[in-house]
Amino acid sequence: MGTYLTKRIIYMIVILFAASFLIFSLYALTPGDFISSNIKLSPERKAELREIYGLSKPLLERYGIWMNNVFHGDFGFSLAQQQPVLKLFNQYIWNSFLLAVVSTFLTWVIAVIIGVVSAYKQYSWFDTIVMVAIFAAMSIPSFFIGLFLIKILAVDLKWLPPGGMLTTGSNATGWAYIKEVIHHMTLPVIVMTLLGVGSLTRYFRSNMIDVIKQDYIRTARAKGLKEDKVLFRHALRNALLPAITLVGFELPALFGGSIIIEKIFNWPGIGQLYMQSFSLRDYPLLMGFTMLLAILTVIGTLLSDVLYHIADPRVRLH
Amino acid sequence: MAINSTPMTDAVPAATTTPKSSSLFKQSMRRLLHNKLAIFGLVVVVIMFIACFLGPVFSPYADNKIHMNVMNKAPSMKHWLGTDALGRDVLTRVLQAGRISLTVGLASMFLSVFIGALLGAIAGYYRGIVDQIIMRIADLLLTIPGLPLLFIFGALLSEWKVPTNYRMYIVMLMLGLVNWPGLARMVRGQMLSLREREFMQAAVVLGLRDRRKLFNHLLPNIVPLLIVIATLNIGGSILSESVLSFFGLGVMPPTPTWGNMIDAANNLIDFQEHPWLWIPPGFSIFITVIAINIFGDGLRDVLDPKQKR
Repeated sequence: MGTYLTKRIIYMIVILFAASFLIFSLYALTPGDFISSNIKLSPERKAELREIYGLSKPLLERYGIWMNNVFHGDFGFSLAQQQPVLKLFNQYIWNSFLLAVVSTFLTWVIAVIIGVVSAYKQYSWFDTIVMVAIFAAMSIPSFFIGLFLIKILAVDLKWLPPGGMLTTGSNATGWAYIKEVIHHMTLPVIVMTLLGVGSLTRYFRSNMIDVIKQDYIRTARAKGLKEDKVLFRHALRNALLPAITLVGFELPALFGGSIIIEKIFNWPGIGQLYMQSFSLRDYPLLMGFTMLLAILTVIGTLLSDVLYHIADPRVRLH
Repeated sequence: MAINSTPMTDAVPAATTTPKSSSLFKQSMRRLLHNKLAIFGLVVVVIMFIACFLGPVFSPYADNKIHMNVMNKAPSMKHWLGTDALGRDVLTRVLQAGRISLTVGLASMFLSVFIGALLGAIAGYYRGIVDQIIMRIADLLLTIPGLPLLFIFGALLSEWKVPTNYRMYIVMLMLGLVNWPGLARMVRGQMLSLREREFMQAAVVLGLRDRRKLFNHLLPNIVPLLIVIATLNIGGSILSESVLSFFGLGVMPPTPTWGNMIDAANNLIDFQEHPWLWIPPGFSIFITVIAINIFGDGLRDVLDPKQKR
């Protein structure tokens, strides 16, 4: 396990290095930058600003400077917001996390319950409806379902606010503040849950179907155990086991925000920040965000493999 | 479908159970026909294709002329899905957009399946240094999240001022290039297990050349898997294209796609007052992708029973 971990972590670092170079080159090679998009500036002033921000230096040198700063815990300085990138991330990431953590929790609870019931009643009418619903959930274009629900639930029926985290001009505090946030996050959470629940339900359903066919389930039934005890004590535990690998893969989604959902619902999260910076060509922020996602993805994958090994020692890591 | 090229498919038991069966492929197709849901999906996809590629031919509004007197009209008998801000018929536009969206979905699927299968097969067959290089590149691409990557490419297209009628082809290329790594991994895994099988040992004993082993004996065995992946991949590509085009980074007007038609919803007045502009293309995406996914899943049950449902 020890040598395996060392090897994995070294490989992880190498991959991240390569990723950082690729990310940097992609953004650096894109023509146009934050300064050239500002038409109010004179050519002299532009050159001066480029000098100040270090944009006139050769590519490799800029990459070197960027990486050096990253190692010192400095992801650069947002040109548009005039604040350190990390400080901005810290400001926005928790809003994203709030949405993600609630919808992930709901997704898992719903997926486990429906998946188990559906597997237990395989090929029944309930199971067929669930299968169709799973396909529907997996086929929805995320931005469209967001817009569609805003139109119906917010614009036409006026049940829920159309976007944002607080009502404009609101200065609510304490309980009123919490209530307002909950009110605003309902719609995005519904959409995110809907988008995630399909594939996860399918996953639990097929796991459960496999487990139910095992001999030890027959043994449990033969012993005369009650059906719900067989299902939830003996079968569900083993069906949940492989799902532990998914925990790691959720990591980027939990902290990386959702670009599309946050944009549609005007939610002040990190994905929305990314979209704003995108049109402004605020490269330090864009690079920082993409790098953050890459780091989370790599850590998540490692976490999955290690968790899987801990949960099921039969799985050998190599 | 060279699935019967492996002589392992024992014809004797098959002949006793289903007398008419001549090949595993025909058996599979017969089983597929019994899956009502999958056939329903296939029928919907076929109808969608026919409607999009032939429908506009029969439409009196296919010329896309600007009619100032019928701007933003709600659905009526004359215009079933209403008209847009330039007086164009929305139904005709949706069908014309479908041509582009479906073409982009299909083309980028072919590209990513081609690259993924080829590189995955080469990596799995030769192993060693070739495998290392290919799989490390795949790992790298999988590390960088797909959506920001596509956004950067989309922005590059805009900066380079790619003419709007060429953008469609570059979007196909982009989606194809972003999607291959996962596929290559899957194909490689299959290859690694297939090359240890007895029929491959026989191929080695016969002294067959690498190319023949790879293309005549190994690849035909992963064709069923590829068909399944390819089918499900089309749906994903259509969704990705729509997201990109919706954010103005994919195919751009005047070339209509389902994604950039939904862009009308970014205009507050169109969003609230003229829902017929953006709801029909959204449902077109939804219906097409769900039909493809249902059909693909049915195909998986039949062609690749080892995979879990």
